[in-house]
Amino acid sequence: MELICPAGTPAAFHEAVDAGADAVYCGFRDETNARNFPGLNFSREELRESIAYAKRKGTQTFVALNTFMRAGSEEIWYKGAADAVALGADALILADFGLMAHVAEKYPQQRLHVSVQASASNPDAINFLVDAFNAQRVVLPRTLTIADIARIGKNIRCEMEVFVFGGLCVMAEGRCSLSSYATGKSPNMNGVCSPASHVRYRKDGGELVSELGEFTINRFPAGEAAGYPTLCKGRFDIADSNGYAFEDPVSLDVMGELEALKAAGVKALKIEGRQRGKAYVAEVVSTMKAALNSPPERRAPLLARLRSMSEGQKTTSGAYEKRWR
Amino acid sequence: MLIPPILSAPLHMIPIPLIERICRLMFGRIAKAHPGLFERLDEHREKRFAFLPTDLPLAFVVVPGKQEISVLRQPVDIVADAVTEAPLFLLLGLMEGRCDADALFFSRDLSVTGDMEAMLAMRNALDASNIDLQKDLAKLAGPFAPIARRVIGEVRDRALKDQMKPAGEAAAWN
Amino acid sequence: MTQTKKTSLTLGPVYYLWDAEKWRDFHFRIADEAPVDRVVIGETVCSKRQHFIEPHLADVVERLESAGKTVILSTLALVTLNRESKQIREMAEVSEHLLEANDLSALAILKDKPHTIGPLVNVYNAPTARLLAGRGAKRICLPPELPFSSVKEIVAEFPDIDFEVFAFGRMPLAISARCAHARSKGKIKDNCQFVCREDPDGLPVRTLDRQSFLALNGVQTVSHACQSLLGELDHLVEAGVRSFRLSPQDCDMVAVAKLHRAVLDEVVDADEGVAKLRQLYAAAPLANGFHHAKEGAVWVARTRSLQAAWPA
Repeated sequence: MELICPAGTPAAFHEAVDAGADAVYCGFRDETNARNFPGLNFSREELRESIAYAKRKGTQTFVALNTFMRAGSEEIWYKGAADAVALGADALILADFGLMAHVAEKYPQQRLHVSVQASASNPDAINFLVDAFNAQRVVLPRTLTIADIARIGKNIRCEMEVFVFGGLCVMAEGRCSLSSYATGKSPNMNGVCSPASHVRYRKDGGELVSELGEFTINRFPAGEAAGYPTLCKGRFDIADSNGYAFEDPVSLDVMGELEALKAAGVKALKIEGRQRGKAYVAEVVSTMKAALNSPPERRAPLLARLRSMSEGQKTTSGAYEKRWR
Repeated sequence: MLIPPILSAPLHMIPIPLIERICRLMFGRIAKAHPGLFERLDEHREKRFAFLPTDLPLAFVVVPGKQEISVLRQPVDIVADAVTEAPLFLLLGLMEGRCDADALFFSRDLSVTGDMEAMLAMRNALDASNIDLQKDLAKLAGPFAPIARRVIGEVRDRALKDQMKPAGEAAAWN
Repeated sequence: MTQTKKTSLTLGPVYYLWDAEKWRDFHFRIADEAPVDRVVIGETVCSKRQHFIEPHLADVVERLESAGKTVILSTLALVTLNRESKQIREMAEVSEHLLEANDLSALAILKDKPHTIGPLVNVYNAPTARLLAGRGAKRICLPPELPFSSVKEIVAEFPDIDFEVFAFGRMPLAISARCAHARSKGKIKDNCQFVCREDPDGLPVRTLDRQSFLALNGVQTVSHACQSLLGELDHLVEAGVRSFRLSPQDCDMVAVAKLHRAVLDEVVDADEGVAKLRQLYAAAPLANGFHHAKEGAVWVARTRSLQAAWPA
């Protein structure tokens, strides 16, 4: 199985390549991708250099253009696609049908991957994208169990890529407006979830309070591991009790299920984290690569050390395991 | 892994104006070697960033666009758009992109307040810049260069030694 | 209002799990009294709930149709199971009614059959609308998140497609494989005992500082605030939007429909309409921030002041 690794900067890109990534995915420094964070991502020139470096090392580059085109400003996304193709991207990762149609028509030779943001969660949906846009790979939503994945694999006409480590969306990706409800900025339209511009941390007594827009998202007592101020991982009051209504601040780790994923027909394993630093990328990619090259019984201790880098310093196998639901 | 008093003591004794001049020297050097830093900071470059080492009685306030650094003795009321607090070796580690800021935040080793967008831009700009203090400062010139090199060298060596112990935080210094 | 074509009202599917009789009687009353042109019915949120309404489905369809309403059958918003796909396929094969797509799989199955697109499908721009129209979509309800600037752009490109906007109701913000509603009551999804039935208007989620924020509806998360575009109807009509969706809440939806009709017909002034709507649905504050490209939770007053107000 291929290991698909994140890069938010050319520095992280180099780390990922050097650590043994089979492919690195990244995006332009604008709203065309779902990690449109301040100071992050690639200029055209940086992508050109990075792709050249990757090619020398035999690593592929996937370019994410996985937000939804703003009506009337489609040119920004079309230009992104044109440049990524011209710069030699090995695949474009897309979510918007309009953009997929454009790419399929203009660049029929270009490999097209379906972003997790497209929320293609079943064989009918995936085959629709294969038939309509000649999609060659689908990144599956993190809402599926491994049994679901195995069943899907038997019934689709393209490759499957699944997230195995890193941030975990609790909600069906690409179909969530929680962020824009509180901040006016959404993953689909602006490429940001719970954006930094609307995040405030303040200390209240011994507690660290995180706020998003006007809403309190969490209060962390001193010493408790913290998480991102993401809405779906906040602590809320429901009826008479309070707690994590949707999900704890945890991140995803299904590396323990590698054999099952392989048996399910998964072609590529994806690591989340374009927003993370290059130190993270280097550590996670090299550890995962080592784990992939080790017999199953030797993997657990290798992977254990990644936990401390995770949100809330905890990990979960998420929806991949049915009980999570 | 706090900076032991032995190391912080000399800093107590160095007059603030001197520390400031050393910092400016370092900053000028880094700015020259890594122009991409400012491009990534973009609209945030004129903001005031405060860095408070939790193990030193000093505060560093930086306005990148103006190449302005002020060093203040703590405790003091800091006026800044964004404030980062962490032990000095972690702050230096972040500067070099050798630690992952998110992981340090999750583990509560690092705390941030104020303008998060500016802070994030700073974090990403630093992370992208491949700053290597040892290398960048090797060519440091001027009358204070030897002191600067010595202080940075000491802090870095010390941190490196401490950092080797736990596998934790991903903050492997090297 | 300058109208070249008549405006119409669509009653959306009931997203919540109501007792079957309540659900039936609600639709009977809509059939008899509400000035809506079409009604979308059928479970949209959770396939486990489907059997509740099935005994009454035929009666409701018949009553609505005899009242002259067009009936559209809703499909599931998140399809992951085999039986869920199969069900949509069977509906597409046997149903004489229009189906409404809420998920990609329905789009695949409904290709070249006339159908409608629900607000849960990501239509953010004209090329996407063109693609869907080319595959047989007759009416497209745009996502609640879409700002007016985008609505205008999309509608202007396709005067022939009937575009609809989400004009009333708590905003469907997210859907998950996990059931937060069941979890909050100590259950898991596979053995949920249908606890979501206890909350016919959603289970309130408040922040730790007791701010009203969201509501749980099974695997779906809706906003606490209720979207209302009553004050924006004139601009939407001017932009070419012809259809307005009212999403059922646990309130007098007949009165809500009458009020929207009255404002569209300029019998009731928009400001007065908004004031009346606040009384009709007092359970939640009104919001229209998405329309104005702001936070979905805020209310922008009709004076067009840029000052957006947060719900108290």
